Amino acid sequence: MSRVWSELRRYPTAVAGLAIIGLLVAISIYTVIAIPYGEAIRLWRGGEGVWSENPRNARPIWFNLLPGVELPRTITVSSQRAPRRVEAVGGGVKQVTMSLAFDFPYRTFPTELAVFFDAAYAERAPHVVLTWQPPDGSEIRLGEFTAEPHGIYRISSDQRLRQTLGGAPEIVLFSAPAAPQHPLRGRYTLTITGFLFEESAHLDARLVVYGRAHGLAGTDDQRRDLMIALLWGTPVAMAFGLLAAVGSTVSTLVIAAIGVWYGGWVDGLIQRITEVNLIVPAVPILIMIGTLYSRSLWIILSVVILLSVFAGTKTYRALFLQVKESPYIEAARSYGAGNLRIVLAYMLPRAVPVLLPQFVTLIPSFVFLEATLDIVGLGDPLLPTWGKVLDDAYRAGALFGGYYYWVLQPAALLMLSGLGFAMLGFALDRVFNPRLREL
Amino acid sequence: MSAGNGFFSVEDLRLHFRTARGPVQAVDGVSFTLDRGRALVVVGESGCGKSSLARAILRLLPRNVHAYSGSVRLNGMDVMRLPEEQFRREIRWTRLALVPQGAMNSLNPVIRVGDQAAEPLLIHGRAGSPAAARQSVQEVFHEVGVPRDFLDRYPFELSGGMRQRVALATALVTKPDLIVLDEPTSALDVLTQAGIMNLLKTIKRETRTNFVLITHDIAAASEIADDAAVMYAGQLVETSRAEQFYREPLHPYSRALMASVPTLRAEKTLEFIPGRPPSLINPPPGCRFADRCPYRFDKCSEEPPMLKVDNRLVKCWLYR
Repeated sequence: MSRVWSELRRYPTAVAGLAIIGLLVAISIYTVIAIPYGEAIRLWRGGEGVWSENPRNARPIWFNLLPGVELPRTITVSSQRAPRRVEAVGGGVKQVTMSLAFDFPYRTFPTELAVFFDAAYAERAPHVVLTWQPPDGSEIRLGEFTAEPHGIYRISSDQRLRQTLGGAPEIVLFSAPAAPQHPLRGRYTLTITGFLFEESAHLDARLVVYGRAHGLAGTDDQRRDLMIALLWGTPVAMAFGLLAAVGSTVSTLVIAAIGVWYGGWVDGLIQRITEVNLIVPAVPILIMIGTLYSRSLWIILSVVILLSVFAGTKTYRALFLQVKESPYIEAARSYGAGNLRIVLAYMLPRAVPVLLPQFVTLIPSFVFLEATLDIVGLGDPLLPTWGKVLDDAYRAGALFGGYYYWVLQPAALLMLSGLGFAMLGFALDRVFNPRLREL
Repeated sequence: MSAGNGFFSVEDLRLHFRTARGPVQAVDGVSFTLDRGRALVVVGESGCGKSSLARAILRLLPRNVHAYSGSVRLNGMDVMRLPEEQFRREIRWTRLALVPQGAMNSLNPVIRVGDQAAEPLLIHGRAGSPAAARQSVQEVFHEVGVPRDFLDRYPFELSGGMRQRVALATALVTKPDLIVLDEPTSALDVLTQAGIMNLLKTIKRETRTNFVLITHDIAAASEIADDAAVMYAGQLVETSRAEQFYREPLHPYSRALMASVPTLRAEKTLEFIPGRPPSLINPPPGCRFADRCPYRFDKCSEEPPMLKVDNRLVKCWLYR
């Protein structure tokens, strides 16, 4: 093994491939520890509730590193850290004035505006009045209403305000009076004046100015952080690829060796099953099972393994037929080695040089298969995976909407894993089968 | 051959193979007896059934067996009667071992030779632990002259002679009663051959292990032979004490065989036997050597019996 390793290091492709695989494995381990399975499922299914403070379809923040791109980030201002003035107005009523001030330094408009209330009261909900003060000193009254315990006032979706302002609030409220197509940069303030009707009543608020860039991976149309899916897609893809590849190659190898060694009807049966298996279409069967039975990743994985158990027996059979006649096999028989020992300890190891490179290059093909099933809508309904992100992007018309990052990121990860395993596999092939080097 | 304790004996052993053109009578009624601690050399030209005889003794049968009968007695017990599984567990390697033909290829290329030699011990549960097995292997390696540090080498890292020694060690490690050596020295240079032969001689003297040495090399075999048997077309045509055989072979085929071996001192023309051995699919009736025999006479169209000539057995009408 150390010899293989030292020889592998001479191939830059192998080193690069190993580095990629190592990175993917590291990401998988990190993900599984940092975002436990249950948490990942909750976050991914959470939708608007969990992600309400994320912008929709935001680009990854690294877009800002590109020349000429400057996307506004999301700005959140909480009343807990803002100046607050409390006055008693009489009759047990308190007036709370909160000034949520923030700097807006960007050259593009935000995508949305919303205020999240956190109110506590026994019977009468607090009444709030919202006033907007742009940097130029003017003042715009946004509206007044009662604040629910977890009420959300989506300023951008307020149709009345839209009519009053004569345009989309997130644009009109930020545009410079002189040049309405550009936002006015400077310090904005949202003043919230709340009337609390009870002694024990409490009011807090958060202003969220939604930007156009969020997180390392951006968000989708449901405000979900794509990072969750990209991260969790890694262990899922690695596990699926690895288990499917191990399950199919090892079992194929053992079956081929058993068939060759025992011969007779055992071999005949294995060969007939292989031939039937060759004409059985795998993907339609998977689609059928996904549609009619279950889309659980583990069910699909088991079916994939079952379908590929007999797929490769012919290749290994050819190899084992030759190995079986080797004098050392006869020698093993003569000193009393049992059938199982001969198959496992004497025949199987001979296939390793052929098996290992094939095995490594087989892993990404199963990773791609899993993604394919996701895209045709047969992915595990719970798990966030790369294929699922692609599927969502496709359904939401991501490319039509110009959200390239949504498609390119999972695709890049898929290609990267394919590349990593392929590079390692080809290098292994050259290490184990030196004759290939001459070609 | 003669009177003795008859430690190992084979009686009327037959092994016929089924082929598309009919059954091949590779071993056809072979009988011999071997006393404790002696070595039998079976000589004969290529294709006469020598290797099949080795397989028949160890019951290493290919799939296309047509007939397999006779008896193989080891210390009075007929091991042919044992069921396959019991034979595998109790006889193979624990009592009868084989150094297969082309021992150079008989080692598993993917395991270390030390582990290879330990396999029989582990398979038969003879060693308490892998460490104990390794200890025994080390001792046997020392005995056959394989350096200690070769234990962890792979077969491809060894020379032909060393591989032959490892194969021999693999046979010796379980201390069997009898070892069948199938062409142990072919494909080795003469010096290595001599080394192996001396080694066998030492082992025979020290452990009283019986050997059945199957070879086409009469000269090399003379080194360790106590008894000699000549095989022709699936049958033994002559069995005898080695010293008598080497001095004066009886059967015309044996004589021709001897005449084909070069000697250093005597000025002689090497002889060869015209023609080739008969097909074993349909051997001619009567004496199988008749077609090539210079002494052929009418009687030869009938099958000769094993005739006794002083303590020796010869299958030829000339000694009637």
